[in-house]
Amino acid sequence: MSATHLNCGYVPLIDSAPLIIAKELNFAAEEGLELTLTPQPSWSALRDMLALGHLEAAQMLAPMSVAMSMGLGGLSAQIDALMVLSVNGTIIGVSQDMSKAMGDVPFADPTLNAEALLAAAKGKLRVGVPFPFSMHRLLFEYWLSDKAAEAGIEIEIVTTPPPRMADALENGLVDVFCVGEPWGSVAVARGVGRLILPSSAIWQFAPEKVLAVRHEWANENPETCGALMRAIYKAARWLDTGSNKPLAVDILSRSAHLDLPDTVIDPAISNSLSPDMGLPGEHVENFLIFNRHAANFPWRSQAAWIAARLNADAEGIETAKKSFRSDLYRQHLSTIGADMPGASEKLEGSMRHATAVASTRGHLILGPDAFFDGKIFDSGQEV
Amino acid sequence: MDQDLRILVVEPDPERAHSIIDALTADGWTNLHVVGDVTALDRKMKTLSPDIVLIDLANPDRDTLEHISMVSDAKSRPVAMFVDKTDDTMTQAAIQAGLSAYVVDGLHMNRIKPVIETAIARFQVMRKMQTELDAAKRALADRKTIDRAKGLIMKARGIGEDEAYALLRKSAMDQGKKVIDVAQALVTASDLLS
Repeated sequence: MSATHLNCGYVPLIDSAPLIIAKELNFAAEEGLELTLTPQPSWSALRDMLALGHLEAAQMLAPMSVAMSMGLGGLSAQIDALMVLSVNGTIIGVSQDMSKAMGDVPFADPTLNAEALLAAAKGKLRVGVPFPFSMHRLLFEYWLSDKAAEAGIEIEIVTTPPPRMADALENGLVDVFCVGEPWGSVAVARGVGRLILPSSAIWQFAPEKVLAVRHEWANENPETCGALMRAIYKAARWLDTGSNKPLAVDILSRSAHLDLPDTVIDPAISNSLSPDMGLPGEHVENFLIFNRHAANFPWRSQAAWIAARLNADAEGIETAKKSFRSDLYRQHLSTIGADMPGASEKLEGSMRHATAVASTRGHLILGPDAFFDGKIFDSGQEV
Repeated sequence: MDQDLRILVVEPDPERAHSIIDALTADGWTNLHVVGDVTALDRKMKTLSPDIVLIDLANPDRDTLEHISMVSDAKSRPVAMFVDKTDDTMTQAAIQAGLSAYVVDGLHMNRIKPVIETAIARFQVMRKMQTELDAAKRALADRKTIDRAKGLIMKARGIGEDEAYALLRKSAMDQGKKVIDVAQALVTASDLLS
């Protein structure tokens, strides 16, 4: 049988690792796929290329796929999220000026950092994020919008390509950023910023990137869909096996897909980030999850949370839920030993600790998935 | 020509920006504007409210432009041209040429099309020139490497230039490789050993 050729788009970030490992360690080839990974210059370009059929699949910001399905902003198309590629993994950092004004605040404390940041802000906070429809923006706003409004501080979202985030901080174009690795660690290494809060401190289990395909393509190519999902699932499982991590860093730095040195790849992969120049790495529990705790399962309640944060009405929320294809996930991944949760929606934010739940094989541990404010999001069904 | 159309070109490279403006000017448009520095983009979009924005598909600032368009006034909001899939041939041609365009909602296709066609043609020329330039640079770099490899062989074996090249070529043929690859391997090995 000849290999099926598949063109997959990605933006060079550490969390594109599952795609790179699927290709480089031949998980894709073993599934009969000849995977071509095509780096994209921007999220808009990635979206257009996917929607217009130049890419069969893409690593996409979870809110971008939801926004496209709901017809928000730019090009809309019916996009399905086949699986979650990574959970968490973004980081909030501040400029040196802001860092001085904030004073000494413990890294990763959501309450103290919010207070200090708002106290240090002068009327307005300019926040760099990679794209308007991103978890970066949604989580930042979830964390700070209400408190900022109370304090009379305006939040201005400034879309900035991640590789330029450190420059934007240095040149005073933004006061604070939320960005995916390696760009937080790069800002620290360049001495232009200090990291204050990993996004996992805002929501402990946030879907960050998804594997996105056109809805019609998924319908017309069920075999290829399944093969791709299995290959990436195996790559994600490999990545989340502790003993593989040094090798993962090595492969990612050697492959041409990222074009980054191992020193900036290591922090995210080893979940240990140095918050400021010269400081040792601090362990961040669950900073970036590829596979553990059913990370790849596309929970419909996650899509609903995103849609709700994008001010969707009931109909929009339903559309968003349907675009997270937990049905296909069950269909294609049960055969390779992925443990399946009993339901496809959960009460988001209800697990303060890792929790054993009912599942097909009986080994599934979920969470923690708590929000920093202790709130629980009920997507309304099947819980 | 449709001189009232306000056209904004987002391009940080002055030479490329000139080239695009020249092409549009030559075809009769006069209301043309360029922004190179993305930090000025927000202000430019507000003061100018362009009808059409042209930007390289490979420009990472597209996401910034996209965001600014999204939050701008609804009545003059430019949207990505690809939204309009009515003219698939033109969309595909734009992508091939590496052009993306944002067009104010409601602007008639007859007014947009000539602008896009001119831009596509110019982007194609620029892309071709870039490809040729890259090829020329690569050829020059290859030549230097091969010359160094020849020099190494001449010195080590005490033979002439032609003989050294013949040896390189034979070695490449025997291994089923390109001459440049064998030359590169030799140069790398020599650098490591010296």
